[in-house]
Amino acid sequence: MFASTERTLKAAKTERVVRRLLLGMTLLLILPVLLILGVLIAKGSPVISFEFLFSKPTNGMTAGGIFPALIGTVWLVVVALLASVPVGVAAAIYLSEYAPDNRLTRLINLAIINLAGVPSIVHALFGLGAFVIFFKFGTSILAASLTLAVMTLPVVIVSTRESLQAVPQAFREACWNMGATRWQTIRKVVLPNAVSGILTGIILEVSRTAGETAPIMFTGAAFFLPFLPEGVLDQTMAMSLHLFVVSTQVPNVPEALPYGVALVLVGMVLVMNAASVGLRTWLRGRRKW
Amino acid sequence: MNSASGKPIDHRSLSWWIDKAVEWTVFLGGFSAIVFIIGIFVFITKEGVGFMGGSFDVGEFFGSIRWNPTSDNRPTYGALALIVGTASVTGLAMIVAVPFSLGAAIYISEFATGRTRETLKVLVELLAAIPSVVWGFIGLTIMNPLIIETFNVPIGLNVLNSGIILGLMAAPIMTTLAEDALKAVPDSYREAAEAMGASRWQVTWRVAIPAGRHGLVAAILLGVGRGFGETMAVLMASGHAINLPTSPFDSVRALTATIAAELGETAVGSDHYQALFTLGILLFVVTFAINLAADVFVRRSDKR
Repeated sequence: MFASTERTLKAAKTERVVRRLLLGMTLLLILPVLLILGVLIAKGSPVISFEFLFSKPTNGMTAGGIFPALIGTVWLVVVALLASVPVGVAAAIYLSEYAPDNRLTRLINLAIINLAGVPSIVHALFGLGAFVIFFKFGTSILAASLTLAVMTLPVVIVSTRESLQAVPQAFREACWNMGATRWQTIRKVVLPNAVSGILTGIILEVSRTAGETAPIMFTGAAFFLPFLPEGVLDQTMAMSLHLFVVSTQVPNVPEALPYGVALVLVGMVLVMNAASVGLRTWLRGRRKW
Repeated sequence: MNSASGKPIDHRSLSWWIDKAVEWTVFLGGFSAIVFIIGIFVFITKEGVGFMGGSFDVGEFFGSIRWNPTSDNRPTYGALALIVGTASVTGLAMIVAVPFSLGAAIYISEFATGRTRETLKVLVELLAAIPSVVWGFIGLTIMNPLIIETFNVPIGLNVLNSGIILGLMAAPIMTTLAEDALKAVPDSYREAAEAMGASRWQVTWRVAIPAGRHGLVAAILLGVGRGFGETMAVLMASGHAINLPTSPFDSVRALTATIAAELGETAVGSDHYQALFTLGILLFVVTFAINLAADVFVRRSDKR
């Protein structure tokens, strides 16, 4: 071995300091989220019971449960998915399998990036102007879900495109060489190999959609409704808006109640996120190529 | 096209037509992204244009801090305090988020290995999964008393509170994108430096960061855009008071929060309603510019 010079010793010392500093920064970034989860669980879990989950809010929302909000969030998410998944998957198939490398494709990609970057409150304004007023859906689940669908479209497109592109080119070439058209190749070879990856992206989208508040405030979610929605043209309560309402708009709410709502909302979102991450890791381990 | 025997090949079988039909269908899916982004601009402009052609006064909008649209005798629409409010909260958020996100990205990309790296990445994604309204709730219930006690100030809903919350919200996307930018630097660059005897940090500092700098700038820009457009968390944690802040302990009001708080109370088509859409146009234009700038940087890094 060479003897260490003063220079390399100094470099090694800097290295140790920097490594610790960077690790510290990473942990400081992650620590708050774990603390927050701890507080939410500690203060929220005493509130949660079967009755809390399955009964209506009572006494001007200072007591009772969250059932209408839970059901409302399910409605919003399902209708949003019905709208965004077909369009998003089609867009991803186009971009991954058909799109030529030209200016239009670049424009589409740029539009997707911008769609993801538009502030959620601007999406809300769009939803109000377009779906509620122009298309005359009124403030309804349909208008709110379509707003959410436009907003989360980039999530579906990007994750689907990634899983399509992860299918090796050789698979497609083998199929083409058998005389298959592009669509036959996509349907029989590419999609079956990418379907679980697409599912991962959809679960992620569900978790994103369930947590959004601003886009649904003026398009379909209501502060309080004494009944459950019966169709897509009804208004609905939603978990995210309900948390906003009980923590800022309603006087004399018992301190623990909003924590319960927050814990259920975060729980829903995190369970789906964990499912998405777990599925992705499992797929990666199992991939045959 | 002709086959070897000279006869034209019949491309137009049923499956050829199906293929064409599918190509057009999926193209419409892709094209819809352009339709939506233009649609957003058209619809918010349509609702806001009456105000811009009528009561809108550029000098007042950008120069006055009096945002008082509900006044009976003379409503005023000065957005300066709201713009400064958004800028101060976003600014503080970036002071928090930029160093920590870049630090975390460098650690995850250049130093961490194997299982540690995967775990850290999942935890950063966890941070991104927490909904905006929950962050706002945390600002309200955890940060607020904490700031009041620690700094002995009368109110904890201020620039500091919302800045930290927003920083934590913008951090995951910045970390992920910055890590991608560093990962895109070819390993051969690093190997060349390592072969010269450089330490890991020297490789990172002298080779990986300079080579990935365009992507790092894009990551920061997109983080700024995220902070700028954040609504619920800022609405709940900033204090929502129209005010030009002189210290981090002052309450402010953001552009996004103003729309969220007031739109529900306005009559469709009224001046107030249209003024809120005008704020929306401003938000749209600024985030659009930020995203375009980020794209320019990303494309520069792709050219290498």
